[in-house]
Amino acid sequence: MLDDFMTRAALAGVGVALAAAPLGSFVVWRRMAYFGDATAHAAILGVALSLALQISIFAGAVAVALAMALTVTVLTGRGYAMDTLLGVLAHSALAFGLVAVSFLSGIRIDLMAYLFGDILAVSRSDLAVIWGGAALVVGLIGWRWSALLTSTISAELAYASGIEPKREQLILTLSLAITVAVAIKVVGVLLIAAMLIIPAAAARPLSRTPEQMALTAAAIGSLSAVTGLHAAYALDTPAGPSIVCVAALVFLAASTWQGVRS
Amino acid sequence: MSLIATENVSVSYGANNVLHNVSLAVEPGEILTVVGPNGSGKTTLLKVLIGAERPQSGRITRKPGLRIGYVPQKLHIDPTLPITVERFLRLPGGTTRAACTAALEKAGVPGLSHRQMSALSGGQFQRVLLARALIDTPDLLLLDEATQGLDQPGSAAFYLQIEEVRQKTGCAILMISHELHVVMAASDRVICLNGHVCCEGAPEIVSAAPEYRALFGTGTGGALALYRHEHDHTHDATCTHDHAPQDKQTEAAE
Repeated sequence: MLDDFMTRAALAGVGVALAAAPLGSFVVWRRMAYFGDATAHAAILGVALSLALQISIFAGAVAVALAMALTVTVLTGRGYAMDTLLGVLAHSALAFGLVAVSFLSGIRIDLMAYLFGDILAVSRSDLAVIWGGAALVVGLIGWRWSALLTSTISAELAYASGIEPKREQLILTLSLAITVAVAIKVVGVLLIAAMLIIPAAAARPLSRTPEQMALTAAAIGSLSAVTGLHAAYALDTPAGPSIVCVAALVFLAASTWQGVRS
Repeated sequence: MSLIATENVSVSYGANNVLHNVSLAVEPGEILTVVGPNGSGKTTLLKVLIGAERPQSGRITRKPGLRIGYVPQKLHIDPTLPITVERFLRLPGGTTRAACTAALEKAGVPGLSHRQMSALSGGQFQRVLLARALIDTPDLLLLDEATQGLDQPGSAAFYLQIEEVRQKTGCAILMISHELHVVMAASDRVICLNGHVCCEGAPEIVSAAPEYRALFGTGTGGALALYRHEHDHTHDATCTHDHAPQDKQTEAAE
């Protein structure tokens, strides 16, 4: 069944959606949306470096995304606001990445494939990387769920319960880097933040507890991936953006429903 | 032995010396109120006690197995985070549903389990925070300006609740307040902090005298009391902090 490119694409999309749902919920709760976006932009430098060094794109993207996120975390509060630092680092990394790619004349690179994703070209080994990464992210967040939630609500409450909020922040940063790296193939670096935020935001009006919100976001993300793929096939539109469009429509429906109800 | 004790604890942020050689101890079952003006290091002291801040020098000793319940000054739950009172009480985990119900009752807000945290009033929210601090039957309850945002009858009612909690559970209470002169009447001791421990004493119980009644209004049920500062030391010219006495009488005494 994995011989069919549509099946592989759907599995890739669902894999990313499952990892993005719990992580995306934390991104929304902690107001880290721009952080997610910036990490994703920086990953293009990782892509360029891995092509130059001929290492796996996944490893390169994880390394650069993680380095970016850690640098921002360390530098925040030393004279620059978080969003200024993110703007400087993320867009510099993106620009250096794009310039670096242009030097790689020996290799034919379809840059569009990394900016917007190329979900229909997902191979079996890509699928293994995506599901491996997604399982790692879901496992990490599931393992630290209560501690993460407590530190999200209040760092002081976390300390009083014997939780170290900085360590939990590190776990989120690591998960973000992994998610960005596995999602590059699926939606591309420009739309990764959309996969994180839109399903979680759409799930908000439908949920009463944090757990419900993460699960609903997973369902909405998976549904968007499958529906978006089929729409792209039927209408001959780009697959990654089509997935995001479906998620956006679900968000619109959910917030309209909330508006009508209240 | 004391539940928790600090010994010559000093904390500074860069050149800013926030706490200087602070030594204090909390005994089992007592109510200790720490007062001090803004920027006097009260919140830093609390952070040191819960372990969120490491002092540059000095020692902190905790009784082995000490369980701390902490009621933060202010808690903002982002509106994008849906959470019921019960789920909030069960963070970070290991608590039963029955314990949640009991804690809400102890804190004076029974039956709120299924409400959203964002739908609570200020007073209810503070009591839910109190309930969460009480859930693990703590030996020591730490309250950081827990009555901020409540009006005088509201804080009086909250203080009476705290007193009742002490009576029922026997836990010690350390409370921080930015009110320099009005403290919880049930306090056994009051410590005035201003970077260092300025003075220490017992609050004066508010009598039935009409001038006190006028000061505190009606409906506070004797939960509030005055604290007279007896500062026995002077500061050199470089010291900027203010020891404003509350009336001429204590000024004369200084």
